[in-house]
Amino acid sequence: MTDQTAIEVNDLTVAYREQPVLWDIDLTVPAGVLMAIVGPNGAGKTTLIKAMLGLLKPAAGQVLIHGKPYDEQRRLIAYVPQRGSVDWDFPTSVLDVVQMGRYGALGWLRRVGRRERDLSMEALEKVGMADFAHRQISQLSGGQQQRVFLARALVQDARVYLMDEPFQGVDAKTERAIVTVLQALREAGDTVVVVHHALQTVPEYFDWVTLLNVRKIAAGPVDDVFTQENLRVTYGGRVPFHGSASPLRDEPHTGGGAWAGIGGD
Amino acid sequence: MNPFRELLFDYTLRTVALGAGTLGLVAGALGTYAVLRRQSLLGDAISHAALPGIVLAFILTGAKSTFVLVLGAAIAGWLGTLVVMTVVRHSRVPEDSALGIVLSVFFGAGLVLLTYVQKLPNASQAGLDRFLFGQAATMLERDVAVIAGLGAIALIAVFAFWKEFKLLSFDPEFGASLGIPMRAVDILLTTFLVIAIVIGLQTVGVVLMSAMVIAPAAAARQWTNSLEIMVILAALFGAIAGVTGAMISSSAAHVPTGPTIVLSATALVLISMAIAPERGLVWAAVQRRRQRQQIRADAVLGDLYLLAGQHEGEHAHHVTVLEAMRLGRTDVRRALGVLEERGLARRDSLGGWTITGAGRAEAEQGVSSDEAPEDLA
Repeated sequence: MTDQTAIEVNDLTVAYREQPVLWDIDLTVPAGVLMAIVGPNGAGKTTLIKAMLGLLKPAAGQVLIHGKPYDEQRRLIAYVPQRGSVDWDFPTSVLDVVQMGRYGALGWLRRVGRRERDLSMEALEKVGMADFAHRQISQLSGGQQQRVFLARALVQDARVYLMDEPFQGVDAKTERAIVTVLQALREAGDTVVVVHHALQTVPEYFDWVTLLNVRKIAAGPVDDVFTQENLRVTYGGRVPFHGSASPLRDEPHTGGGAWAGIGGD
Repeated sequence: MNPFRELLFDYTLRTVALGAGTLGLVAGALGTYAVLRRQSLLGDAISHAALPGIVLAFILTGAKSTFVLVLGAAIAGWLGTLVVMTVVRHSRVPEDSALGIVLSVFFGAGLVLLTYVQKLPNASQAGLDRFLFGQAATMLERDVAVIAGLGAIALIAVFAFWKEFKLLSFDPEFGASLGIPMRAVDILLTTFLVIAIVIGLQTVGVVLMSAMVIAPAAAARQWTNSLEIMVILAALFGAIAGVTGAMISSSAAHVPTGPTIVLSATALVLISMAIAPERGLVWAAVQRRRQRQQIRADAVLGDLYLLAGQHEGEHAHHVTVLEAMRLGRTDVRRALGVLEERGLARRDSLGGWTITGAGRAEAEQGVSSDEAPEDLA
């Protein structure tokens, strides 16, 4: 599977009011990898994901999903937006939110039925939220909200999963549950792209990484590109460390734990 | 005379109540989405923006048929919304300012046109000003037919585009990622909101119509956590407010219908805010009180536990001891009553208090299990 290209980004430039947010990005993501997008705040990580989804119009460039523009490949893409992007006091239940993942495949005028229900329960099972199916969504903790969003993406039954900070503000238990699901997706040959903040977990969770700061700094296997040098360039020389004892190394970084979180807001 | 008897047998009142009830029903249902999308001001902008459309429709056609005037209102209201959307998209003016600008400019234009029309020698313009504050008494059967026909279309749309409208209200960006044209869905929903508003203008008036969009939905939100039930409840509240307001207005001379309908809707909001379970003020006050009691009881339980630790075997303590430990700042007797009820403390025949086995376990656990923050099993 890995010889195939899942996502191809060519010369992508995105600007908000003349201010470039992404500048001339070229990126090739092979199928079947679990990729992190890392970079400082304002680096354009969310913008890159949204551009891949066709949610915003780039000033230049194009994105291909499995060789075709995203418009033709919608059914292959699933999306997990930032948890904070919706009103969790909306009058609806967990099951209802997860079923929204099927709305695209259902099409106009068709109502949610047994099949959608079964698929949604299955997805909730996978993220450990089956017992909460009939809960009102305002009663969920942050980690539970995140898992509901993940379940909603799972029912899309996609080949490419784009996730915007799924680990943001979640408890350790949720983090493990999410990682397990993401790795299961990769095992199944799907491609998962995750906007990620905690640098120290990158080598542990991911096998591919893109370092981004308006421009693409580096992209490739974690073992090759997740280096001190690249991180220093990405974060403008201000990579925070756990303690001052951490040696600065320029060779590829393989172990975990030396890296501190960035922008843990 | 008995108003309910009148409602059944008085032809005029029956017509008025039917019309007002229907417009309330439709405005309530569509208003649910406006409230959930935090677009309450949009309803206000649409209804005010409709005024020049009504007057222009009259000037152009010379007709006062409800359908023509409603059509004029709809076009102007829709145009106003379009201007708001365009201004927001292509300028740095924030949405609330854009709504405010459109509201006042369109309404101002409407008032100018209305003044001009009323100075015309031709007498047929009389009564156009009823669109300001609404008047139900003039409602005819064919007006009700227009309201019901257009309202039915809007309600069918809510049913047909249920999934899309829900996505638009909850997570439009996710909807777009599914390939659903959310901008088109937005325009569709707004169009039906415009319809829901313009069919009420003759009865409620442009000045107050937005209340019929917001109030029933706001009241309904207090009672339920399900979108389906919220839409149905809002429609029901809207209908109740419409019928009640129309009846009050008809029973007294010179009382405009708009204000009475809106006051009825407001009453429903106030009642809902006060007594609805979970979200209501009374409910919240009861909860707070219970919580405070719980905290006090826990503190006294802690004291009992402490005392028990200082004595061998069972040893009862008098209330005054416990009161002293709380520095007299807590109603210890009541707290002990709560503890006794829960089987955590026991009173002996002499009036002394002891912690029970269950109380011991509870105190050692620190936080009672039913209060522990909920997370995955």
